[in-house]
Amino acid sequence: MSTHPVEFVSPTQFRARVDEALHDGGLRENFRSAMQFLRDKRASQFPDADEMEGLRDVGEAVRKHALAHLPALLEKLEAQLRARGVHVHWAETPDEACAIVHGIATAAGARRVIKGKSMVSEEVELNHFLEARGIECLESDMGEYIVQLAGERPSHIVMPAIHKTRRDIAELFAEKIPDSTYTEDVDALIRTGRNVLRDRFMQADIGVSGVNFAVAETGTLWLVENEGNGRLTTTVPDIHIAMMGIEKVVDTLEHAIPLASLLPRSATGQATTTYFNLITGPRRDGEQDGPREMHVVLLDNGRTQAYADEQLRATLQCIRCGACMNHCPVYARVGGHAYGTTYPGPIGQILSPHLLGLEASRDLPTASSLCGACAEVCPVRIPIPDLLIRLRNEANRQPDDGAAQRLIGQGASFSVGQRLVWRFWSGIYASPARYRLLRWAATRLRVFTPRAQLGWTQHRTPLRPARRSLHDLMRERRQAK
Amino acid sequence: MQPRRLTPRPAHVYLFGTCLVDLFVPQAGVDAVRLLEREGLVVHFPPAQSCCGQPAYTSGNPDEARAVARAQLALFEHDWPIVVPSGSCAGMMREHWPKLFDDEPATQARARAVGERVHELAQFLVEVLHVDYSQADASPVTVGLHTSCSARREMGTRAHGVALLAALPGVSLETHANESECCGFGGVFSLKHADISGAMVRDKVAALEGVAPCFVTADCGCLLNITHAAQHRQRALAGEHIATFIMRRLEAGA
Amino acid sequence: MSGARERILARLRAANAQAAGTPPDVAAYYGARAAALGASPREVRVARLCECLRASRADVIVSPRGEWTAAAVAALRRRGVGRLAHALDPAARALVAALPPDIDAIAFRDPIERWKREIFEHCDAGFTPAAAGVAATGALLLNHGRDLPRTLSLVPPVSLILVDENDIFDDLHSAASAQRWAHDMPTNRVLVSGPSKTADIQQTLAYGAHGPRELVVIVVTGGEGAA
Repeated sequence: MSTHPVEFVSPTQFRARVDEALHDGGLRENFRSAMQFLRDKRASQFPDADEMEGLRDVGEAVRKHALAHLPALLEKLEAQLRARGVHVHWAETPDEACAIVHGIATAAGARRVIKGKSMVSEEVELNHFLEARGIECLESDMGEYIVQLAGERPSHIVMPAIHKTRRDIAELFAEKIPDSTYTEDVDALIRTGRNVLRDRFMQADIGVSGVNFAVAETGTLWLVENEGNGRLTTTVPDIHIAMMGIEKVVDTLEHAIPLASLLPRSATGQATTTYFNLITGPRRDGEQDGPREMHVVLLDNGRTQAYADEQLRATLQCIRCGACMNHCPVYARVGGHAYGTTYPGPIGQILSPHLLGLEASRDLPTASSLCGACAEVCPVRIPIPDLLIRLRNEANRQPDDGAAQRLIGQGASFSVGQRLVWRFWSGIYASPARYRLLRWAATRLRVFTPRAQLGWTQHRTPLRPARRSLHDLMRERRQAK
Repeated sequence: MQPRRLTPRPAHVYLFGTCLVDLFVPQAGVDAVRLLEREGLVVHFPPAQSCCGQPAYTSGNPDEARAVARAQLALFEHDWPIVVPSGSCAGMMREHWPKLFDDEPATQARARAVGERVHELAQFLVEVLHVDYSQADASPVTVGLHTSCSARREMGTRAHGVALLAALPGVSLETHANESECCGFGGVFSLKHADISGAMVRDKVAALEGVAPCFVTADCGCLLNITHAAQHRQRALAGEHIATFIMRRLEAGA
Repeated sequence: MSGARERILARLRAANAQAAGTPPDVAAYYGARAAALGASPREVRVARLCECLRASRADVIVSPRGEWTAAAVAALRRRGVGRLAHALDPAARALVAALPPDIDAIAFRDPIERWKREIFEHCDAGFTPAAAGVAATGALLLNHGRDLPRTLSLVPPVSLILVDENDIFDDLHSAASAQRWAHDMPTNRVLVSGPSKTADIQQTLAYGAHGPRELVVIVVTGGEGAA
């Protein structure tokens, strides 16, 4: 649970943000076409269904194995990292994680931090924390840089600025970057970003990166990227700090290989990314470049809660490809910002309740038609719809029912009224006699059907029972024979 | 979707009508019965049936879902296939009933045994009965097809809808844009998140309208969602349960 | 923060998670795929590597062993390279020996602190020999460490990489197992599959995001042994 003084956004405003997003035609169109583009790209990477299913099986097995042995693998990872001179830190909360990074910066007298892409650093709101303490923190991933320049947050975990058009970015650059002229030429815009960031790479004291897979066997951090900013971040500054969730570990280097195939293919529809960085420790004696000091920050922030429950543990299988959001009909319509969470879309809907508690995130598990598109494309087969239902159950429970594994915010959606409605419903449908009475009333009194039917009639004409139910018609058929 | 052994052609089947068909689209249930009888089967309709429990299950009320599912479990005493004219309900019975009884091994075994006998109607017509509709009305008509998400993903039934339409002379199926995308129904989702659901169904109506004046589906939740949304927007798009559509074509061809 | 460590580990242990399902057999998966596809001959692997690299917008030059330095020089010339950064490996020495007078060779043997500005601002290209190629994805393996600064293939706008056709494997798994990667991890092992790129502006691909704008790959063929 974050105790930051400033919270930029929050899932508690989900409904209001959805309303805003649905009325923003331009935004909807951006997301729609972007999602279509990513769906088509992914499909082109998996022409052979058997190969895909086989690889997903392996990917799932690798992640399940890592989670089954998580405490031992974390200790092994820590030992391997330490053996290579890497400092390992553990953080239970976002504040602790930020304080660790701040402590490293203070000890080194560092003023300038350059960041590669790291969702964990977004999760703990590191930029805000450091800047409040006088340390400049600059995003270097082009999408993250754009979003930071605009004073926003990423709307997608892989493509942070996917909500913006070329024109938006052209205007942003012209306004915010000194000495730049307005252009909508993408190559020119990227050149501008590159030029600004090059100097910053040279001057930065610390590079902060994320981690895609942490290999326990060798103490290797595996980073996947296209731009080269990940390489620069982890190579040029004197100090490299990698931030990762505790679930990111895999057992062996070999285990990371199928994941490294699944990740880019599922995420952006690429056979591979431009760079895989396999980083094993800081600069060694006799080497000419690379960071002199390296740190890994291992973050819990609610992950142990998901871990404690056998079913919810599957949430931690995630490799953050974003395919679930790319294929989600809800995400495609409301966009990433509506969720008000670091991780939007289906994965965010099942992960955020552990990070933020069900109280704050109670609208997220229900914001799904359970169509299953997410689970169908998940490279590690997380049963997302089942987990959404499970979280709905937890939100509906009585807050104090003495459950052995109580989730933070359990019972956030509990209400006596709702309970009674469902009791009443099951009282009817579980009893043939009462259901007969309902049928009789509904069909014979159909003219009295209300014209307003909760949310249904906001976008649809009212439902009206038929004159005769199927039960009636079947009885008539039997009698006629 | 699990591979399943194909049932040999039975003499008797159960029909599980589902609560939506029962009250809102009973003709679809009657037409399903007629299609099955046309193949020489005796159709049994246990009168004590009500609902598969899906509304409570998906909205996070497992106790209520369990109570309703339990009441249905006793209705199918003979070892006959159970045919369901609605994909998502069939998926609920096959895939989710057993999960409701994790703490009751005997009931769970029963739920699993019943679930294995559940067939979505279109699948049953195609894979078990190998229907022949070559004598149906051959007048040309263009239709769209919407497959419910659960039917497509849990029961693998999109192919069966396509096969049934292909078996009907004169019927040409037009694939609409984003065909595999959800229509936005999702049970209680359409009430709790009415605006998101509304945006989804609006797009679905537009996509279907773009290819044909009418569409068919084998799922009543989707059918009601799409047709009532089209009416609300005063669109001419008409929808029909696939059983009713087939039955009309067969009668017109007779 | 050792308290945090103990508490996190204690919570994880309390969950009592035990191996669920079958443990992964990654080798068996890739072995079965390799068996199904059949081992591809070297020419096929070379062709596949070149095809993938070109699809990622790399300039790929296949050159007989005796002629690669000339091919490299021609490629540098075409790009107007005036200053080439390199390390002190044998391939780099061979290339430097073949450089014409209008291309300066800049050897990096000191810590980067002494040449940071130079490589950021004054080098047009960097030369790096690859330790392997991965045909399936068109990736080249760079083992950065003592003899090979990582900056060479990262900072200059043109990256020139040499790969030997005898070091090309079918896929990542076969390369990693044949070369026993896990047994000896250099500090910085990188797989490169093209010039640096981004699609962060409205899904439009742009090259040279932060790393090299151009990747030139020379595949040496014929004969055995080091280039």
